[in-house]
Amino acid sequence: MKAMSALATQPFDSSEDWVLPYRGQVGMASLIIAEAAIFTIFVVAYLYYIGKSLTGPTPSQVLETPIFFTICLLSSSLTIHFAGKFLERGRLGAFLGAWLLTIVLGGLFMYGTASEWYRLIYEHGLTISTNLFGTTYYSLVGLHAFHVTAGLVMLSIVLIFAVAGRVGRDQSARINVLSLYWHFVDAVWVVVFTVVYIIGR
Amino acid sequence: MQIPRIRDWIILSAIQMSTSLFWPTTAAAAESGGPSTVLTNIFAPETTPAKSIFDLSMFVLAITGVIFVVVGTLLVYSLVKFRGTAANDGREPAQVYGSVQIGLAWTVIPILIVVVLFIASARVIHAVQDAPKPESALEVTVIGHQFWWEYRYPALGIVTANELHIPVSDPAHPRPTFLKLLSADTDHSFWIPQLNGKTDLIPNHPNSMWMDPHRPGIFLGQCAQYCGTQHAKMLLRVSVDGPEDFDTWVRAQQQPAIQDQNVIAGKRIFETTACINCHAVSGTVANGRFGPDLTHLMSRVTIASGAAENTTENLRLWIQDPEAIKPGSLMPAMKVSDTDLDALVRYMESLR
Amino acid sequence: MSSDAMAVQNAQIAGRPWVETLHDWVTTVDHKRIGILYVLYALTFLVIAGFEAVIIRIQLMFPHNHFVSPQVFNRLFTMHGTTMIFFVAMPILFGFANYLVPLMIGARDMAFPRLNAFSFWLTALGGVLLYFSFVGGNGLYGAGNAPDAGWWAYAPLTSKAFSPGSSSDYWTIALLVSGFGSVGTGINIIATILCMRCPGMRLTRMPLFAWLSLTMSGLILLAVTPLTAAQLMLAVDRYLGGHFFDTQAGGSATLWMHFFWIFGHPEVYVLVIPAFAFVSEIIPVFSRKPIFGYPAMVVATVCIAFVSMSVWAHHMFTIGMNSYANSFFAITTMAVGIPTGIKIFNWIGTMWGGRIQFKTPMLFCIAFLFQFLIAGLTGVIQAAAPLDWQLGLSYFVVAHFHYVIVGGILFALFGAFYYWYPKVTGRMMSESLGKLHFWLFVLGFHMTFDVMHIPGLLGMPRRIYTYEPGRGWDTLNLIVSIGAFIQGVAVLVFVANLIISYWKGAKAGNDPWDAWTLEWSVSSPPPAYNFASIPRVASRRPLWDLKHPEDPDSRYE
Repeated sequence: MKAMSALATQPFDSSEDWVLPYRGQVGMASLIIAEAAIFTIFVVAYLYYIGKSLTGPTPSQVLETPIFFTICLLSSSLTIHFAGKFLERGRLGAFLGAWLLTIVLGGLFMYGTASEWYRLIYEHGLTISTNLFGTTYYSLVGLHAFHVTAGLVMLSIVLIFAVAGRVGRDQSARINVLSLYWHFVDAVWVVVFTVVYIIGR
Repeated sequence: MQIPRIRDWIILSAIQMSTSLFWPTTAAAAESGGPSTVLTNIFAPETTPAKSIFDLSMFVLAITGVIFVVVGTLLVYSLVKFRGTAANDGREPAQVYGSVQIGLAWTVIPILIVVVLFIASARVIHAVQDAPKPESALEVTVIGHQFWWEYRYPALGIVTANELHIPVSDPAHPRPTFLKLLSADTDHSFWIPQLNGKTDLIPNHPNSMWMDPHRPGIFLGQCAQYCGTQHAKMLLRVSVDGPEDFDTWVRAQQQPAIQDQNVIAGKRIFETTACINCHAVSGTVANGRFGPDLTHLMSRVTIASGAAENTTENLRLWIQDPEAIKPGSLMPAMKVSDTDLDALVRYMESLR
Repeated sequence: MSSDAMAVQNAQIAGRPWVETLHDWVTTVDHKRIGILYVLYALTFLVIAGFEAVIIRIQLMFPHNHFVSPQVFNRLFTMHGTTMIFFVAMPILFGFANYLVPLMIGARDMAFPRLNAFSFWLTALGGVLLYFSFVGGNGLYGAGNAPDAGWWAYAPLTSKAFSPGSSSDYWTIALLVSGFGSVGTGINIIATILCMRCPGMRLTRMPLFAWLSLTMSGLILLAVTPLTAAQLMLAVDRYLGGHFFDTQAGGSATLWMHFFWIFGHPEVYVLVIPAFAFVSEIIPVFSRKPIFGYPAMVVATVCIAFVSMSVWAHHMFTIGMNSYANSFFAITTMAVGIPTGIKIFNWIGTMWGGRIQFKTPMLFCIAFLFQFLIAGLTGVIQAAAPLDWQLGLSYFVVAHFHYVIVGGILFALFGAFYYWYPKVTGRMMSESLGKLHFWLFVLGFHMTFDVMHIPGLLGMPRRIYTYEPGRGWDTLNLIVSIGAFIQGVAVLVFVANLIISYWKGAKAGNDPWDAWTLEWSVSSPPPAYNFASIPRVASRRPLWDLKHPEDPDSRYE
């Protein structure tokens, strides 16, 4: 049949400019949109229930603003950004250093969350089942912490590959996809921080 | 290639277009008429809010009916006029890609229709929901339970269950009933089609609705929000009473329970078994609120929120084996002996 | 690949042990095979959930019937709804999208083939988990079994207090798991369409099917995730003693409703947009004209997706929102009807001036047009909030949404089956069985769902296992049930057609319908790699351009 063979034998003319976006970036952007929707619902629940607890400790009574750990997390966005730039230019040693620093800063943030939760539970008796504040606080901050943890796991896997010498300039695009995720996690923290520690008190 | 004849397509179109008239007419004709058929029909309004909804529905149905006829006709016409025939088989028709003018027309007209429909709806929404409560209004608090209705008349000091009595509201001297809707457990919905649209009863979320029935009568409905196993038998029965009848009813309900010496045995059984954990009989030690108030049980036509008629036999069955009448209801089988059961039922029947 | 080559390949395959074939299918990352897996999975659940519907209708044939107990009935309607939405409609539509999108855009596979397989298996796990509840659900106190709180799982009915045992947990976790699968598919479709189109296929030259799949996927990202969030909250309440929806602790039952319907309403557009996609591909081919107003169709679809995110509380008109909120949702709901109506007009405009061929795929699409028109109008009726105060939560709503899902989506799906079956299997489905299926189903459908509106108008609420005689509902329910049995028979005819045609159907060849999009340029079934060389296109109908070099579309676009 003439039609199909004509179509089938039309070669791809590589001289023409047919450039489409990188699917890794599009995929990660789509994932971020989906995750943003999940976080939005948790944020809405948090905002809705501000001041509505019937009992138990209130935010102003027990919350301490985690300035230091927030700075750690937000700086890690900077370090991962530089790590990406170093890798693009082939500066593998600098990349490794910045990447490691990102993980350390993220780990510090997790330590901060853990110690805050320890204090809230054991000193103030605030658990997820105490009251509406407890439920919404631990759920929202916990959901974020879960995403940070997942991010740290992925960053560590990349670190292992990098130490083994398998991460080079060719992997830049993929590294940038992971960075995008990490930036998202940080952006979510800006929102969570504002809602919990500024508006909510 | 088989090309069906026009006749077949006229049949298809006829079925498609007229089923909305054909089926209902036959079916409704089979059902309507006769005193045994009860109206829980949204097209038979008896109050101001129900009437405003009805009027709006006629307007909306007229508009959507016209849209249906116009678009349906275009559809049928295109099927008939532009069907492929053996004569033109193989030749492609003119390849038309679209038309800006036509596209604009059939965008603007629907927008105008929507604006009209919205304005009509918004007026009724406001009229029904934001109606002010007059001084003369009767206030009733309705509390939804799994699977029965509690009614309290705070100004009159009445607590009753399952069968609601409200006064007629004469348009010259309106006496509407304003219901406050609460729930003791899960979501329910109060729906008596002839008296108003439904409003939900949601725990921790008080709602309100009002009705001003124009004539006395019995109006039926049932819970409309799935609330558990016996959602289906959480029936509603509203008795709209003329002014004298309503006052008589109120006075009777305000009395404490009748003390009948003949049923002392049953009363003792009632007060010493688990009955008083859930039920209340005013003027006695029974003060349970989990189940319906039984002070004037015999003033009700049905028991178990409409699941059974209020007869001796049904009372016996309900106490002994509620699963037989309403499986899944929260009334436990009382497991009393036959003699105790007889005494209990006689006591129940004394609570007029 | 020619049929001779296929015969050779089949002969070589015939010698393989069946475990190898099974292993191939279980580990496949080929979008075509994953598409087929999705469809077969969904068809199985279609039969199961249809069976549940038949039992429901038997129970409701007569007032005070005792065919099943109220407990069983409540599980049946919960499972029927949950299964049909999550394990029939969504998988079957994902299956078609998976199979067709890469072929239509000239790609060799989806953007993330392994994610594709993972998404399918997550969905499959969700379905199995949900049905495991029938046998495994005995939690505390012997309660628990299949979920029975309705497919919306309203709080506080689903709290531990009112749903002891594990039945609600099966609902929550099964849907959580399959929800991740759905989001994965959404991500995959978006990345595929944005990043893998063949040269020349600008976004404005994609088949409408691809545009609508893109829109559907965007909607999935924003709609399914709120349900995921709400279910996580419900799990916190049920397992960790949280109070999200605990009204005793100051929590809000209406918050669940908002979250659920923020998912629930866009979800139905996730379901109906692929139906629009099928119809937008089939009607032009069988009218022998291009789709009327392609740009308007794209814009209308995207508008529908956006507006659909603002209408959710029209499912909550009766919960006691204030008059301003009710008015807002009334107007947004009416507004979403405008682009939807425009699409109907464009489909009629496509047929207008054409040469309509009444083959089985087209029959289903024509029925779709009538039925979707009616469904849309009953939707507009309910958008007027005061009318919804009467009609909501009644059988009028049940009739309306089945009219959309069965009369609209399922009919379009049947059309899609008859249309693309030749491409997937290389065989034509039987036209005579197809026409029998069509007329039987039309008869049963109208008998059931036209009549079903009336009990709603006469005051019959939904989700009741029995009803009182003398309300005028008796004969109507009987007719509705008989129509359901007829539909069941029609579906069996369809399944028989699927099976028989696989072996006995006429050989299809590449392009049995004389169509114009890229999937018809390859063999039936397509080779594993789809295209020997990646095609280059210059218009929306590349095959029309090839068949009509004297009058190509590329001249006019």
